[in-house]
Amino acid sequence: MFSKAILRLAVVLMAIAAMPASAALNVFATVPEWAALAREIGGDKLNVFSATNALQDPHRIEAKPSLIARARSAQLVIATGADLEVGWLPVVLREAGNAAIQPGQPGYLEAASTVRLLEVPARLDRADGDVHPGGNPHIQTDPRNLLKVADALTARLTQLDPANAAAYKAGLARFSERWKAALVRWEQAAAPLRGVPVWVQHRSFPYLADWLGLKELGALEPKPGVEPSSAHLAGILERQKATPARLILRPAYSRPTASEWLGERAHLPVVVLPFTVGGDAEAGDLFALFDDTIRRLLAGLK
Amino acid sequence: MTFVRPGVLCAALAAAFPAVASAATDADLKQLREQLRELRQSYEQRIQALEQRLAETEKQASQAAASAAEAGTTASAAARSVVQVESRATEVQAAVDSVARRPAGEGAFNPAVSLILDSKFTRLQRDPASYRIDGFMPSGGEIGPSRKGFSLGESELAFSANVDHLFRGNARFSLAEDNGQGTVEVEEVNVETLAMPSGFKLKAGRFLSGVGYLNQQHPHEWDFTDAPLAYKAFFGPRLQNDGLQLRWVAPTELFMEFGAEVASGERFPGAERKANGAGLWTAFAHVGGDIGESSAWRVGLSHVHSNPRERSFEDNGVNNAFSGRSQTWIADFIYKWAPNGNSSVTNLKLQGEYFQRRETGELTYDTDGAAALSAARFRPSGAYLQAVYQFMPQWRVGVRGDWLRSGTTDLGTLSAGDLPILAGYDPRRQSAMVDWSPSEFSRLRLQVARDQSRNGETDNQVWLQYIMSLGAHGAHTF
Repeated sequence: MFSKAILRLAVVLMAIAAMPASAALNVFATVPEWAALAREIGGDKLNVFSATNALQDPHRIEAKPSLIARARSAQLVIATGADLEVGWLPVVLREAGNAAIQPGQPGYLEAASTVRLLEVPARLDRADGDVHPGGNPHIQTDPRNLLKVADALTARLTQLDPANAAAYKAGLARFSERWKAALVRWEQAAAPLRGVPVWVQHRSFPYLADWLGLKELGALEPKPGVEPSSAHLAGILERQKATPARLILRPAYSRPTASEWLGERAHLPVVVLPFTVGGDAEAGDLFALFDDTIRRLLAGLK
Repeated sequence: MTFVRPGVLCAALAAAFPAVASAATDADLKQLREQLRELRQSYEQRIQALEQRLAETEKQASQAAASAAEAGTTASAAARSVVQVESRATEVQAAVDSVARRPAGEGAFNPAVSLILDSKFTRLQRDPASYRIDGFMPSGGEIGPSRKGFSLGESELAFSANVDHLFRGNARFSLAEDNGQGTVEVEEVNVETLAMPSGFKLKAGRFLSGVGYLNQQHPHEWDFTDAPLAYKAFFGPRLQNDGLQLRWVAPTELFMEFGAEVASGERFPGAERKANGAGLWTAFAHVGGDIGESSAWRVGLSHVHSNPRERSFEDNGVNNAFSGRSQTWIADFIYKWAPNGNSSVTNLKLQGEYFQRRETGELTYDTDGAAALSAARFRPSGAYLQAVYQFMPQWRVGVRGDWLRSGTTDLGTLSAGDLPILAGYDPRRQSAMVDWSPSEFSRLRLQVARDQSRNGETDNQVWLQYIMSLGAHGAHTF
């Protein structure tokens, strides 16, 4: 009787499995910036899902059932890579039972593999905190990186969905054109930021600093992923007297306590940057993300 | 196209390098790095020049409307060249880096190894050797608290890696000491498929059954020092199968997972067997999803079926045995909340499971002596409910309630006085804990519990525990 019940269940499940999937290519982006990029390039040819939102700490995501369900029917996973998603994505990919999106398959793309990573650690030791062996994974804060990721993403979309190759190519051309024009605009507007010394909450912004010429004096976190202690913050306050910074930068998702403490005592403006698409009300898409980032940085400088 | 030449040169360099890699000395590497630095410098100069040209071109474009289209094309071509040069530099850099860092020989394919260290300081009122759950047929598993005072818990040693393009292998051993004797237990050794079509997954070997919620979690993932009473009483303390598991995830936005297992069923609630075929079957279904940005949930229903033959247990110094049919139902739920889904500062985890078992068959009293036989029926049930709240980064508090009911017991013609452990009793336990996790790899925990598993005896328990994780630490399941 029991085995008959299982058989019956199996038949029902097979029937569900045979149901047709929707026509658009399902793209599973681990973070909002790659979801936004896929929308720019693929438009209505893609059905894009972002696994996380900008107010979530990207290092601390859980392999929720909803993510497994989305990964199950995805044709392309676009992840940051460089171990940013190491705490949850491997489980989601394994549990989803979807062979097409496993690492090494065309359905799996790591954005970090297309750009040069900064802050590659010279030694690997967990005593140094939450270090990423491949380098700093927060590559989306330099808009020049997005052009490279866009190229790789378009190539991958074309490979997976050759029928819409022309649409992807046009989408990329449109995006690149606008993006390059915006780059000139941003770089002109951000000229006063060159050489400005800053403190950062977490090592979230080396790529932004590299692009705009900001001078990172150090991080409020004593080690990546470790909460700042009051002794460490007091040390930074001392260093601030010797080599003064002009801004404190923190991503929207992080806890304000440490940066506000330091900002208040050192009379420094705390600039909350959106960090990714959706990090604040203004950063609605990739263009708005950098418009808003530069606007906030400049406002902090005044 | 003059700027292409260094790229070609570098590619040739990178291609040539593996041939001499085995003989590579520090001097070679240094020389290579020197060359690379020179190359990069020359790139940067070229890129700067190109950027300047780009800026100039664009200035011209804005000045003269007539030449705008033409200049725009040149600008984008120049920009593309910049990107090309940069990407080529990246490629060369990556190639050189990978040659320099590539692990040599057989070690390159080592599996991911992780080691969990667990140690406790225990304070108990009652002797842990006398631990039993009254009202329930003993499972024969290790369910008692650890010994009094300082004790080494189970250290878990785990290996996992992809075997090839089709299979992934997992192995997990627990190392412990039992009365001065070192013991190694095989917790899990299995192979799972990586490339089955249509969302199916097959696992074969020894694995933790997918029934319920907590059953699949390893002790270091538990939110409390010990397993819920229900798991101890119904599975002693978890259902570990030697067999096959098939899982299927539905291609829907709502998470739906169905699974079935066939297993040897040699452990409780099964019994040792000498027959061909399987002795235990399970089926389970889980459904889950999100409620807004902040909440995630999963509920499940599971069934375990086995036909134990001569499942022996000791009661008051006498050996008895049960043969018959054993069916267990489990309903489980887990709910997690974190503001905006950001669990790093505060988060809440609510979880509970309800167990019900029906066993009908024959009970033999005193198998070595009188061997009195009678039809017997048991209908025990149990549940636990727990809440764990992270009130600030790194710190969590939790409470748990355990309730068991021995339910209706029908011993037929046997005398209830001969089987004191099966006398009707409803064990209870309340636990509370606070833990501190300086990082995701370490945890220190203080737990107190008031345990009424033994009829008429209350055991107040205190644990101080650490759990440390070394090496590659795989991501945790939900």
